[in-house]
Amino acid sequence: MTTVTVGRPPLERHLRDHRDQGRKALVPYVTAGVVPGWTGLVEALAAAGADAIEIGLPFSDPMLEGTTIQEASQRALEQGMTTERALAAVAELDLDIPLVVMTYSNLIRHRGAGVFCERLAGAGVSGLIPVDTPLDEASPLVAAARSQGIETVLIVAPSTPPDRIDAIARLGSGFVYASTVMGTTGERIVLGDQAADLATRVRAATDRPVLMGFGISGPETAAQAARHADGVIMGAAVMRRVLAGENADEVAGLVREVRTALDAIVEPHWP
Amino acid sequence: MTQTASVLADPGADGRFGAFGGRYVPEALIPACRTLEREFRSAWSDSAFREHLTRTLAVYAGRPTPVTPAARLSAELGVTVLLKREDLAHTGSHKINNVLGQALLAQRMGRTTLLAETGAGQHGVATATVGALLGLDVTVFMGAKDVERQALNVFRMELLGAKVVPVTAGSQTLADATSEAFRHWVGQSDTAHYCIGSVMGPHPYPWMVREFQRVIGEEARGQCAQLLPAGIPDVVVACVGGGSNAAGTFAGFVGTSARLVGVEAAGGAAIGNGSPGILHGFESYLLQDDDGQVLEAHSLSAGLDYPGVGPEHAHLADSGRATYVSADDDEVLAAMVKLARTEGILGALESCHAVAWVLRAAGTDELPTGSTVLVTLSGRGDKDAAQVRELLA
Ligand SMILES: Cc1ncc(COP(=O)(O)O)c(C=O)c1O
Repeated sequence: MTTVTVGRPPLERHLRDHRDQGRKALVPYVTAGVVPGWTGLVEALAAAGADAIEIGLPFSDPMLEGTTIQEASQRALEQGMTTERALAAVAELDLDIPLVVMTYSNLIRHRGAGVFCERLAGAGVSGLIPVDTPLDEASPLVAAARSQGIETVLIVAPSTPPDRIDAIARLGSGFVYASTVMGTTGERIVLGDQAADLATRVRAATDRPVLMGFGISGPETAAQAARHADGVIMGAAVMRRVLAGENADEVAGLVREVRTALDAIVEPHWP
Repeated sequence: MTQTASVLADPGADGRFGAFGGRYVPEALIPACRTLEREFRSAWSDSAFREHLTRTLAVYAGRPTPVTPAARLSAELGVTVLLKREDLAHTGSHKINNVLGQALLAQRMGRTTLLAETGAGQHGVATATVGALLGLDVTVFMGAKDVERQALNVFRMELLGAKVVPVTAGSQTLADATSEAFRHWVGQSDTAHYCIGSVMGPHPYPWMVREFQRVIGEEARGQCAQLLPAGIPDVVVACVGGGSNAAGTFAGFVGTSARLVGVEAAGGAAIGNGSPGILHGFESYLLQDDDGQVLEAHSLSAGLDYPGVGPEHAHLADSGRATYVSADDDEVLAAMVKLARTEGILGALESCHAVAWVLRAAGTDELPTGSTVLVTLSGRGDKDAAQVRELLA
């Protein structure tokens, strides 16, 4: 493995600082290895105003992804991307924002949670989003991650009942990932009422930052979601442009637009 | 066997069979899995539900299926071979047992749609059939390659009123159809029931599907008691894709002294060649590469073309209560011909994996001369006739 990069800030503290300043967090997503210059893309998105970046380790059977991110994963694997290569490349990145790895249980299970989290820490990653490891299965992973200083971000869905929201917010850390829809990743034109409702319920249940993801397609949906949450995650909209052949600068343009839309939201400061 | 009590039992709230099973699904599906578990527990302890299922299996699906002594084959091999005839169940395979159970449960839960994945098409045909019987909408996801290979079954499903959705992602086979069915279920879990076709998926599926297939083993156990002087066979063998017909068969014999043997396809041998992993909601043996990416399975029988195996089988293998072996395509083809010519039965290619093992093992320490073996013939081979004609040409 390569050398440990200079300490990036812990994820949750970073997001809390943003929230305390009345600023909405913007977290774009990139599939590791989707195009040859993908780390350059990560750097460009950081420069365009991302507050953290979610990096997807591609998996052969991504059960929660819509067609865009599925295709991004497939392309990455076809081009020879592996977990080791992805993390080695991440370790070389010189960024001052937290990086969060998103992936599926099998890639973690295959190495063992302890070794996997050690690799994440070695690559300078701050957080982990295990999308198909629900609360019920997460405790051993959370413990392994914690011992490596990695925060485990857990997801809540519109179908999650109140007692589970509490438990998920307590067991997870970094932020609470609120899925706007009952469905897979992918862009949507408008967000339904259930998105606002969920964000409101989660915010009432926990003091951790709440970020909304799934369906954020651009400035409008981002602003719509951020009115109810502490920030947004934007995946398919970014990947669609990459798959369509846009270069890093062009994709960064989207992130700048969303940044502007989010910065225009004025909200009273939290105590 | 001291572990008998712990295997083939209720896997409890966490859905574990030893180290395997569990519930690895996106959070959005957890309430649906929990509801299903609760509803299944309630239905399975409700005698009215069970009687209704048993009656429907009898008057619609043709149960009990017989056990046929394979006289000529037995004489040739020097072992007594009994065939549990799931090929005689309606739609031509054991899949109907599980689908009827799940569909009646879905109806009881007020669901209006059944979602299903299918490889060979047998599970899809069973689901389309029962959907028509009960007036439920059916959508079947099928790898685009399988849609081509199993054109007749696609037509059967459509004729029965089901919608068949070809899946073009990945290897375009069963594993991809399964992922796509899950994606759909995430968006429709309050109106649709996902009718999984084998003892796989998140808890409660592996347990629930085994309970719905238990009828195979329980019938066979009673039938063996009539047919065999010893009352039970020395060996019980069944083919293993996801493992539902094997799990149902084993359930009738796990408490006896019979040896249990599961036969995987050589190119899809998750227990034989795989390692522990997590796919489609459960932890079990899985074919995967050094990085943990899931490998494509290869078998001439589309029904065994799955890179994983049900978690209970992983546990039965680790605990030593059952043994898992494999058969290759050539052996299977030879077994199909042998069974046809000695007994006048065209067995499904899947089922012929179990027959192939019997042919190989007869007269060895595995299956000594004079011993008795029960083979579950999980389905009939009509669906494979065109493919076999090409392979034999
Ligand atoms: C006739 C037949 N047998 C066996 C199988 C494999 O499934 P399982 O291992 O769940 O019994 C299939 C699957 O399509 C089948 O059609």
